[in-house]
Amino acid sequence: MEIFTEHVNGIMIHKITIGHIHESGCTGCLAALMDNYQGIFTILDKYADLVYGLTLVDVRKIPKMDVALIEGSVCIQDKLATDEVREVRDKSSVVIAIGGCACSGNITRFDRGGQQNQPQHESFVPVSDLIDVDIFVPACAPTPEALRNVCVMTYLLLRGNDEQKALAGMYLKPLMDLARSPYGSKASFNTLMQEVINLGLCMGCGSCAAACPVRAITMEYGKPQGLRDLCVNCGACFSQCPRSFFDHELMEHHEQIMGMLKAVMQ
Amino acid sequence: MNVLGKYKSVVSARSTDKEILKASQDGGIVTSLFAYALEQGIIDGAVLAGPSSRPWQPQPFVATTRAELLKARGTKYNICPQISMLKEATRSYGLDKVGIVGVPCQIQATRKAQLYPIGMRDVPDKIALVVGIYCMEVFPYKGMQLIVEDHAGQKLQSVKKMEIGKGKFTVITERGNVTQLPLKVTHKYEQPGCHVCLDYVANTADVSTGSVGSPDGWSTVFVRSRIGEDVWGKAMAAGCFETKPIDQVKPGLEMVTKLATEKITKNQKTVDERAHFGVGKALRNPYI
Ligand code: SF4
Ligand code: SF4
Ligand code: SF4
Repeated sequence: MEIFTEHVNGIMIHKITIGHIHESGCTGCLAALMDNYQGIFTILDKYADLVYGLTLVDVRKIPKMDVALIEGSVCIQDKLATDEVREVRDKSSVVIAIGGCACSGNITRFDRGGQQNQPQHESFVPVSDLIDVDIFVPACAPTPEALRNVCVMTYLLLRGNDEQKALAGMYLKPLMDLARSPYGSKASFNTLMQEVINLGLCMGCGSCAAACPVRAITMEYGKPQGLRDLCVNCGACFSQCPRSFFDHELMEHHEQIMGMLKAVMQ
Repeated sequence: MNVLGKYKSVVSARSTDKEILKASQDGGIVTSLFAYALEQGIIDGAVLAGPSSRPWQPQPFVATTRAELLKARGTKYNICPQISMLKEATRSYGLDKVGIVGVPCQIQATRKAQLYPIGMRDVPDKIALVVGIYCMEVFPYKGMQLIVEDHAGQKLQSVKKMEIGKGKFTVITERGNVTQLPLKVTHKYEQPGCHVCLDYVANTADVSTGSVGSPDGWSTVFVRSRIGEDVWGKAMAAGCFETKPIDQVKPGLEMVTKLATEKITKNQKTVDERAHFGVGKALRNPYI
């Protein structure tokens, strides 16, 4: 598999349309996307037209779009929200859940209602509990770099040449698998225990500890120790773990891929 | 599958720095390369395995000076979670050009942190030099303690050097006692996660190195990436290393290939067997 960095600049004729859909989240995911600074302008200049986004685009009705980025979990007692995600699914080719809340509920898993002015809003579920989600980008907040990489790869999947489509397909596969897996939407420190440590896969690298946004993981005698009361269910530790998913063939091309991602953002 | 991964060149090498060589495991490659990179501003710090409060238990730390680099020499053969410090290095220490050294799985973790930086904000674009060390397996700290104290009959505190090679686990004490154990004895103490590891020579590093393939006191060095080529080339030009062509040393590349093949074949078998570990039930395969 060869990746030609130069080609990337040659094929940006057809932009994709992209929308940001805000469910029960804190706007931290959107802020993280914006933290790509000039990069976000490059994305919007060259690759994508933003066709929907609260406060960013003056559009009230959800339009048809290529890629929907959904942030936040969904309150099942909130008809507006549940209708909205159904409509998004209906009108988008690719639905990407961005951030811990959208992927696995995150901090909203602790919600139990009783708050003004909608005390009956007490049940919040990850987006994939209600609609099919194509790609997960977990973590609280998701990182600007992860959002950048996934956006570029999704663009290549939709608009790239055959080689780029193949590369993007390989890259996105584990994030697609995660969106369909039985554990993706249930992620917490327990997922790391059950799917990595309990299965004899942990090798003590410490990626999980570095990834955790609330420092719930320490390394004791070379293995992760979780303070589960601190865990907010963001899913970062499991997805970051090299033993959650790792494609040797793709990873061998790390230098070209990093080079391409940088070239694309110029 | 190419068991040695992609590489641009491979040589047998040794540091020319006497101070570094004195306490290095083999050819002093890692310390010398990082010392050069630090001096030249190619990196502004490195995540390494350093000493901790327990004898022979490594602890990851961020080195920003040559003196600190020197604290990390020598192989410790038990788990050191270097990657737990990777985000600390950029976000707490404020490094912009991070060097990292690790065994193959840690190099995989570093590359995953770059390509899938799910929880690695500020890391992917700040990795400047990734040096991998060959690795068959490591031991959990307590496993290593059992080997050294119960099997070799030495106190961990008294051990000067440990070596795995030629089918033996060798323990050398400060007073010069040498105890050798056949690896048959030590296998059961290996970290289980190592048994699904399909990388021996850190295929995704910029530069990877280890003693295997080269004569005593020398190391075999693979230069793999453009970054690796650039830094290695500059360090060579600066006289940091003396080298010999790999086909002119004994036992040579054949030995590296042999061990890599052994490791990967054995572990691939483990991965395959996990697919029907239970009765009609698989243990999850992280590679598909
Ligand atoms: S993932 Fe974090 S930043 Fe994003 S909406 Fe949820 S709580 Fe906010
Ligand atoms: S990231 Fe995975 S392999 Fe690494 S220490 Fe954590 S659980 Fe173990
Ligand atoms: S342990 Fe940390 S990284 Fe893992 S799910 Fe919980 S909060 Fe997220």
